Amino acid sequence: MGVDFHIDYLQLLSPSGQLSDAAGEIARDAELLVWFHRAMTRARLFDAKAIALQRTGQLGTFASALGQEAIGVGVATAMERDDLLVPSYRDHAAQFIRGVTMTEILLYWGGDERGSDFASARADFPICVPVGTQVAHAVGAAYAFKLRKEERVAVSFIGDGGTGNGGFYEALNMAGAWRVPVVVVVNNNGWAISTPRALGSAAETLAQKAIAAGIEGLQVDGNDVLAVHQATHKAIEKARDGGGPTLIEALSYRLGDHTTADDATRYRDPEIVRAEWVREPVGRLRTLLVARGFWSKEQETALLKDCGEEVDRAVASYLATAAPSCDSMFDNLFATLPASMLRQRDEARHYAPTPGGRHD
Amino acid sequence: MTEITLVEAIDLALGHEMARDPTVVLLGEDIGVNGGVFRATNGLQARFGRERVIDAPLAEAGIAGAAIGMAAMGLKPVAEIQFSGFIYPAIDQMINHASRLRHRTCGRLTCPMVLRSPCGAGIHAPEHHSESPEAMFAHIPGLRVVMPSTPARAYGLLLAAIRDPDPVVFLEPTRLYRLFREEVVDDGEALPLDACFVSREGRDATVVTWGASHAEVMNAAETLTNRSVEIEVVDLATLKPYDSETILKSVEKTGRCVIVHEAPRTAGLGAEIAAEVAERALYSLLAPVTRVTGYDVVVPLSRLEKQYMPSVERIVGAVLKSMEAA
Repeated sequence: MGVDFHIDYLQLLSPSGQLSDAAGEIARDAELLVWFHRAMTRARLFDAKAIALQRTGQLGTFASALGQEAIGVGVATAMERDDLLVPSYRDHAAQFIRGVTMTEILLYWGGDERGSDFASARADFPICVPVGTQVAHAVGAAYAFKLRKEERVAVSFIGDGGTGNGGFYEALNMAGAWRVPVVVVVNNNGWAISTPRALGSAAETLAQKAIAAGIEGLQVDGNDVLAVHQATHKAIEKARDGGGPTLIEALSYRLGDHTTADDATRYRDPEIVRAEWVREPVGRLRTLLVARGFWSKEQETALLKDCGEEVDRAVASYLATAAPSCDSMFDNLFATLPASMLRQRDEARHYAPTPGGRHD
Repeated sequence: MTEITLVEAIDLALGHEMARDPTVVLLGEDIGVNGGVFRATNGLQARFGRERVIDAPLAEAGIAGAAIGMAAMGLKPVAEIQFSGFIYPAIDQMINHASRLRHRTCGRLTCPMVLRSPCGAGIHAPEHHSESPEAMFAHIPGLRVVMPSTPARAYGLLLAAIRDPDPVVFLEPTRLYRLFREEVVDDGEALPLDACFVSREGRDATVVTWGASHAEVMNAAETLTNRSVEIEVVDLATLKPYDSETILKSVEKTGRCVIVHEAPRTAGLGAEIAAEVAERALYSLLAPVTRVTGYDVVVPLSRLEKQYMPSVERIVGAVLKSMEAA
C-alpha cells in the first residue's frame, strides 16, 4: 500500500502586487493592510540601524531579517496575546508585535542578558541561537496548555537549515504523537549561512517533513504577508480547536548576510540577490495599498519619519543603558545563590573595573 | 619564513595532511566554499574537491555520528563543529560510540576521527559561542582532548590528532585565532600528544594553563618579573590524557603551583591537576595549590566576558599570594 501526498502552496499577493480572489476579507481590511505595512517598515528600518550600529562598533553580531519581514509580521499578527512565541534568532519582526521592545533586542545583541527580560510578552521565550533546539520547547509548552485545557497555542520559528537538525525532527514527531496545539513556521530563506537549500536537503519541499510526523504541512509565499497571515491564522485556530499541529514552510529569501559576522559575497553571486529583490515583501504590499487608494506618498513619508524616530529613541535608550554589574553574572543563576559561591562573587567584585565605558 | 595566525596554522595542517593522506576527509557546516565561519578550512574545497571537503547539513549529532562511520570504514574524518555551544548534540555520539568503539569490539573496529571545535570567550561573540567544554570531554574514557595555545603548537598537535589511531577532540580557542602570528614551518612534523610544553622557565612558582589563558599567563609572567618573581609556565596542551610528570617535576623545583583555566572552576581540570599535585608532590609544596578560573556561572554575554575570563591581574594576584606563604 503506497501513500501519495500533496503539499499545498498559498500565495495571495503576487510579486507585482496582484491580488488573488482567494484573499477574501483580509484584502478589504484597509486598516489591517496598513498595519502590516507599518510593522514591516518598522522592522526593516530597525534592521538597517542595527547593522549600522554593528558596523560602527556599537553592537555585537546581529542577524538581519532583511527580505523576510512578512514572515514575522504575518505570523505574529495571527497570534492571540496569550499564545506563546518560541523564536529562533531572526524573528524580531514577530517579537516587536508581541511587545518585545527594540531596546531589548539591541541589548541582547549588544551582549547584555537584560535584553531577554522582556517587560512585555512576559511568557515568550528568549531568542534561541542553538539551531533546532527551540521547537521542542514549543511542543512542551503546547503540551502544558493542552493538559491545563487552556486555549493557547505555541508558535515556533526555525530556518530551512534547522530542519536538517535532529532536534527539529524529534520535536515535530512528538507534536504529531501528542497532537498538541503547536504551529511551526519554517523561514526558508534559501540559505543556511553558505549552504544553499538544495545542499541542505534532498526533499522537494520542507513542508513535506510534516507528512512523516503525521501532521499537516503546507507552503506559503513567505514574501506575501497576506498569505503568511491567512495560513498561520488558520493553523493557529485549528490547533486551538484541538485539530493538532501544523508545519508551515514560508518561502522567502535572505537578502542580507547570514549575520553581520558573515560575508555572503564569498559564496553567493550578488546578481542573484539583486534579482531576488523583485519578490521582496514590503514594496509588494505597498504597491497593493497604493493601487487600492489606501496609501499615499505623504503617508509613506510620514511613516518613514515616525519609524525612524522610534528606532532612534530605542537606540538612544540602548546606548544610555549602564553596563551590567559583575554581580549580574551570579544573579538568577539559581533561585538562591548557593553559599559556596559567595567567595567567587567576592573575587569577581574585587577585580571588577570601575563602572564606566560601554564597550571595553 | 612566514609568520601565520593560529587559524591559518589549522588550515595549513589540514591542507598538509589532506595532500599527504588521501583518506583524510573534512565535514562540517559551511566549511566548503565559505572556508568555515572562522576560515579554518579556507581554500581546501577548491584544492581537494567537494567529496573530501563536505558541506554538511546543519546537524551536529549527525556530523559526529557520520564521522564515526567514516572512521570505522577506513577514512580519517576531521569534523568541524561550528561554534562551541553547538557541540553538545555531538556528545551522545562521542560518549556512546566514538570513545568506546575500539573497546567494545575488542579492537575489531576503531575510530580514528578528530572533532574540531572553536571554544572559549573573548571575541564579543553572540550567546552560545563562548563555552569552554574541555572538562566534559576529558571526563569521557577513551577520548583524547587537545587544546593548542600557539600557531606552531596548533599545527603540530592537529597533525598528531589526525594521525592518532583514536578519537581526538581538538578545541581551538577563538580568542587566539588571530591574536598573534608566529613562524610555522609546514614540514609535516607532528608534536607529541603526551607531553606538556614548558613555555617559560622560572624558579619561583609553576603556573599550569592551556588554551587562550596561556596568553594572559605569559603576560602575567612579564609583570611578575618586574616584581622579581619568575614563574615557570606549563602549557598543558594535551588535556586528556595529560602529562603529569612535567607538572610534578616543575612543582618539585618551584614549590608552588597555580592553575589557570577559563572554564568554570568546580569539577574543572584544575581540580584534577591540583589533586594530582597533592597526591604526588605534597611534600615539595611551600604554599597551597590555587586556581584562577572562570566562575561557576553561565559564560556571560559580551558585556561581561572580560570580567569572567581569568585576567592578568587575577593571575598576578594569585601568584603573589602564593609567594606570601612560607
